Amino acid sequence: MSTRKIGEVILDVQNISLSFGGVKALTDISFNVREHEVRAIIGPNGAGKSSMLNCINGVYQPQQGSITFRGQHFKHMNSRQVAEMGVARTFQNLALFKGMSVLDNIMTGRNLKMKSGLLAQALRWGPAEREELAQREFVERIIDFLEIQLHRKTPVGRLPYGLQKRVDLGRALAMEPQVLLLDEPMAGMNVEEKQDMSRFILDVNDEFGTTIVLIEHDMGVVMDISDRVVVLDYGKKIGDGTPDEVRNNEDVIRAYLGTEH
Amino acid sequence: MQTTANTFPRLLLNHAKQQPDAPAVREKDLGIWQTWTWAATAREVRDFACGLASLGFKAGDNLAIVGANRPHLYMAVVAAQCLRGVPVPLYQDAVAGEMVFMLEDASVEFVIAEDQEQVDKLLECRETRPTIRHIIYDDPRGLRHYDQPGLMSYEKLCELGRAWDAAHPGSFDQGVAAGEPGDVAVILYTSGTTGRPKGVCQTHASFIAAGRGGVETDKLGPGDNIMSYLPMAWVGDHLFSVAQWLVGGFTLNCPESAETVMNDMREIGPSYYFGPPRTFEGLLTAVSIRMEDAAAPKRWLYAKFMALARRVGADILNGAPVGFGDRLMYGIGNLVIYGPLRNVLGMSRIRVAYTAGAAIGPDLFRFYRSIGVNLKQFYGQTETCAYVCLQRDGKVKLQTVGGAAPGIELKIAPDGEVLVRGVSVLKEYYKRPDATAEVLDADGYFHTGDAGVLDAEGHLRIIDRAKDVGRMAAPGGAAAGAMFAPNYIENKLKFFPQIKEAVCFGHERDQVCAFINIDYEAVGNWAERRGLAYGGYVDLAGKPDVLALVADCIAKVNADLAAEEGMADTQIARFMVLHKELDPDDDELTRTRKVRRGFIAGKYAVLVDALYGGKSEQYIETQVKFEDGRTGVVSATLGIVEAKRFAPMKAAA
Repeated sequence: MSTRKIGEVILDVQNISLSFGGVKALTDISFNVREHEVRAIIGPNGAGKSSMLNCINGVYQPQQGSITFRGQHFKHMNSRQVAEMGVARTFQNLALFKGMSVLDNIMTGRNLKMKSGLLAQALRWGPAEREELAQREFVERIIDFLEIQLHRKTPVGRLPYGLQKRVDLGRALAMEPQVLLLDEPMAGMNVEEKQDMSRFILDVNDEFGTTIVLIEHDMGVVMDISDRVVVLDYGKKIGDGTPDEVRNNEDVIRAYLGTEH
Repeated sequence: MQTTANTFPRLLLNHAKQQPDAPAVREKDLGIWQTWTWAATAREVRDFACGLASLGFKAGDNLAIVGANRPHLYMAVVAAQCLRGVPVPLYQDAVAGEMVFMLEDASVEFVIAEDQEQVDKLLECRETRPTIRHIIYDDPRGLRHYDQPGLMSYEKLCELGRAWDAAHPGSFDQGVAAGEPGDVAVILYTSGTTGRPKGVCQTHASFIAAGRGGVETDKLGPGDNIMSYLPMAWVGDHLFSVAQWLVGGFTLNCPESAETVMNDMREIGPSYYFGPPRTFEGLLTAVSIRMEDAAAPKRWLYAKFMALARRVGADILNGAPVGFGDRLMYGIGNLVIYGPLRNVLGMSRIRVAYTAGAAIGPDLFRFYRSIGVNLKQFYGQTETCAYVCLQRDGKVKLQTVGGAAPGIELKIAPDGEVLVRGVSVLKEYYKRPDATAEVLDADGYFHTGDAGVLDAEGHLRIIDRAKDVGRMAAPGGAAAGAMFAPNYIENKLKFFPQIKEAVCFGHERDQVCAFINIDYEAVGNWAERRGLAYGGYVDLAGKPDVLALVADCIAKVNADLAAEEGMADTQIARFMVLHKELDPDDDELTRTRKVRRGFIAGKYAVLVDALYGGKSEQYIETQVKFEDGRTGVVSATLGIVEAKRFAPMKAAA
């Protein structure tokens, strides 16, 4: 239905290798992500998907390889720098402030955008108040977008899991990211929640043109919403292409279904 | 600030002139209530109407409206009317397949839709119904990249409208001036549970009269607030949120989303509220659950004051005399319990609340009235602008739906059907003269299909669907006796948890007899607590103790019936408790669990004969189908029990 245009390569991962002591988590992985696309990383448990995301995100520092983001070349990323360059992420195990309201949790995502100092913010003095109002308006748009108006003032810890995931997405969106990294956004959800989440991911992609890199286990979901898919197995890349290409890839079938002996 | 204008567009323009800065519509958006004044509303309606005109919308065209309660959609209703067009609100939760029928029936070329979801549905409809030329959407989210022909945002249309207005000065005003009160103001589709949906055409004159009747009865006007949260395609919402709004000039409040209605309502504190019985029930349940979790002293206080409220609350609201001591205690209760409770319910400022659409349980109705919420009932259908009867302040009786509304004449046909004549009766069904002729007779009476009785004060009591109502044979077999409403009696019986199903006979008989199905779980529980041993359903159903239990229930129902006018003769004379549960698999119930009376009468003819033949018991063998398709036989000897009956009493309020 949409006429969303997939642009140039925005993120290019070249020959990344990452090991923890003797354990090789990633071996010589290369792939790229184009602007405005939905890119999935799939693979069996322990394939290195989250490690890959952590390398892009600057949480892990790979021993080899490099990452090019918007033409800038990096040996490894630094997490604050990454955030400032417009990469946001959500977590497999939620990283929210359980005792704080939905609104406040999403507000924390605006932290990088706040210019006034701690004291001014605490006193809500002059420019600080104006700034907070502007940020609040932005957050309200996200709340509207994710359809969580009812829970605006509810402490996050009291919400069901599926909704917490949505708040996590909201917090990431508050950073106005150009690239959004989603680590298993649909883990532990029921079918209806998965459908909702898929719709929100596509809407984000469509409405804001946000590039999306996601890790997901549910094959149905991945094949439905991604433009291209990378398949990892034991830290190695075994497939890369459109959902159809990947689905028919012998190596991928073998990794998922096992081989006949 | 009422105006006497005779079409909806003129009403709107009058309000814009007389109270330009008063709030007309509010909507919560991004967490903040946004307000449109009457002047702003009139301006947007003008822009929108001119925009429609610039696309070629003309008098007599229909504008379909699909979406939740959004200010722009309400404005679209009036905008279409400004051009002498007809708004056709559709249920937003209908799937495309259902929507196509209405779009086709009403030859719709113009649609305003709320959002992407509705637009997608309409685009799907357009594949089979290509004449939908223009789709206007209110919320652009997700629609940025749609490039289908004829798709346009609300803002864009208003922009076109302003340009058109400048190029055609005076055209809009001429359009409004040309409108006639006899023009069709709206087409509302009946739900179509019986047959395919029919478009009900209502004129400006009828809906304005219906709106005015309500506004005058309850003295509504500027300063009053109403929540608009029920489907726009439903006649009730059209009466409250369009007709009464424009006649009375109060403020509409649209919720932020369907889920936040309760929160939004608490913030607005509406003075006027409507909800179907299940909404009121849901609220009460929520309160009860939270009360059970409260600390012991609070629970005690609650129980204490609620008991007082049950005793005197309704009388105080009705203005009946109540002792000074009780009044004082009620005043204290109001401070500590009733007031805070109303606040939690969002009903602190409620002057008038209405319910309709289904029978409301007596306990529920009393609860709200006893804590000082002026909950009332009304009665009507799409064909009568939902305006036939309404309960007046101080004259609220649980059993009735109130007296005829101003401008309405009621008549009960010889077969018990309620006939209505007056201001709010439909003009016709859209393109269905055959259906119109079926419901409108030569004298102008509309046949409601409901059976009812009028009491001494002229209050209407709805008892059944007319087609189910029979006639008793008078004693001695002379002319027709009392009206017999089986569903009405059966519903009273099923109100007891011990009774699962009931089937009453009485049509062309001199007495009413009943088959009863016990509720296996409820009665089984009851038996266990009393240490009553039983071996399965058949055994339990035949126990003398169980028969006595059921006889008690029936005696209570009979006492009720004896107190009601015209019902005393339909008290249950004898009954038997069936040895098997009535089952859809055996064709005794429909799949929606409605009793198939005729079929049961035939299948259990032996039992019916026994009931009327003066026997004291009857042996029966019945074939039953098991779930795996095998059949078996259940046999039992059923006792016939005489029920306690009462002498007719004068109805007490």
